[in-house]
Amino acid sequence: MLLKVDNLHKSFDNLLILNGISFELEKGEATVVIGPSGSGKSTMLRCINCLTPPDRGRIWLDGIELTAPGTNMNDARSRMGFVFQDFNLFTHLTVLDNVRFGPLRVNLKSKKEATRIALEEIERVGMSNKLDAYPAQLSGGQQQRISIARALALKPQLIMFDEPTSALDPELTHEVLSVMSGLAKDGMTLLVVTHEMGFARSVADRIIFLEQGSILEEGPPEKMFTAPENERTRSFLQKISQLD
Amino acid sequence: MDIVQTLIGELPQFGKGVLVALELLIGLMSLGMVLGLILAALEVFGNKPLRLVAGWIRKLLWAVPQLVLLSIVFYLPFNLNPMVAAICALGLCSAAFQSQIFRGAILSIQPGQLEASKAMGLGQFRTVIHVILPQMVRLSIGGWTNELASELKDTSLAYVVGVMEIMRQGKSIISYTFGNALVVYFFIACIYFCMTRTSTYIFYRIEDKLWVPGFKKRRD
Repeated sequence: MLLKVDNLHKSFDNLLILNGISFELEKGEATVVIGPSGSGKSTMLRCINCLTPPDRGRIWLDGIELTAPGTNMNDARSRMGFVFQDFNLFTHLTVLDNVRFGPLRVNLKSKKEATRIALEEIERVGMSNKLDAYPAQLSGGQQQRISIARALALKPQLIMFDEPTSALDPELTHEVLSVMSGLAKDGMTLLVVTHEMGFARSVADRIIFLEQGSILEEGPPEKMFTAPENERTRSFLQKISQLD
Repeated sequence: MDIVQTLIGELPQFGKGVLVALELLIGLMSLGMVLGLILAALEVFGNKPLRLVAGWIRKLLWAVPQLVLLSIVFYLPFNLNPMVAAICALGLCSAAFQSQIFRGAILSIQPGQLEASKAMGLGQFRTVIHVILPQMVRLSIGGWTNELASELKDTSLAYVVGVMEIMRQGKSIISYTFGNALVVYFFIACIYFCMTRTSTYIFYRIEDKLWVPGFKKRRD
């Protein structure tokens, strides 16, 4: 397995956010995490690459324990891409420089090699015509696609998405989701927190339902959407699909 | 008009005054920048004790009038020459102001960008070099130009400890051509206007160069 999370706990000011999360991720698997607001989805992602250090619990990436003392966390982070809700592109850099940033500054590749990787990933998200544009000149959807390319350029073993389309309107959402489906088809390992049920249903290999910091139910999308075992899962999915 | 001829005759002296003022300005702004950057870094990134110490140094330097600090530094028992004393005193005062310009600039970089850099596995030092510094320069240059103009004028304070800058040159002319104080001061005002205008013009153009497409641009 590629990622193993065991008994993750996290509290903020005595408020329990994660209450013993355990799951495993196989290589090439697309996993979608759903659940109501405040259930701990984002915190879970942020704990996995220690942007928010967990209070308790253990994490392994490709057999190496990240939670062991003395782990080179920067190296581990560079192997896990992270795509944020509000893009967080470097506003002083062009599209090309944003995507080239990882290979050049983190993986310390030569400028020529970094550029080659960057151009390839920018092509993959369909933004080759905007190489010299700055983030502030792009639409939200374009910015998010560049931020996906930036994550890909590090050649990560998996990519985590923290509500990547929540700041976008439906049209822009679609362009970002189609890039993500493409990644899933290419065999990239994805861990996606989202409210886009259509995406979850059509792209995910597995769905995890999180509530109050615990995994309430998990399974393949057909089972989760048509015959969820848990009453709470059923009512959540019903409410969500009424909105669709 | 004797005084006009006198002024023209004294132009070389004023020229020397201008050079001394520029030397003082460059000295004090450089000192202020180095100390200001250190104070800003401590206040933004330091742990609690460091933040507290840096904060109080800044508050003290802020609270003392430049003329008072200049006199204190000059009369310290180190026998500093007037130029060195002026650079130190005015530079220390400027450090307090510059630190706040830099601090504000660092804090106005989206926190998300620093988080993104961390999530990519970039170490703290390289984050400072590649993410924070380039943006800090652009975000602080407007405020810094303002501080430069202000300090340019404050170099005139150095005449009280005997630095031969523009004010001092004017004073000596006034002392031997009685009654022409107003004309001489007006002439000095013109010199300061030209110097301020030139330096701000240069830095506004640098600001234009640092402009990133998609952001608001200076309009003048």
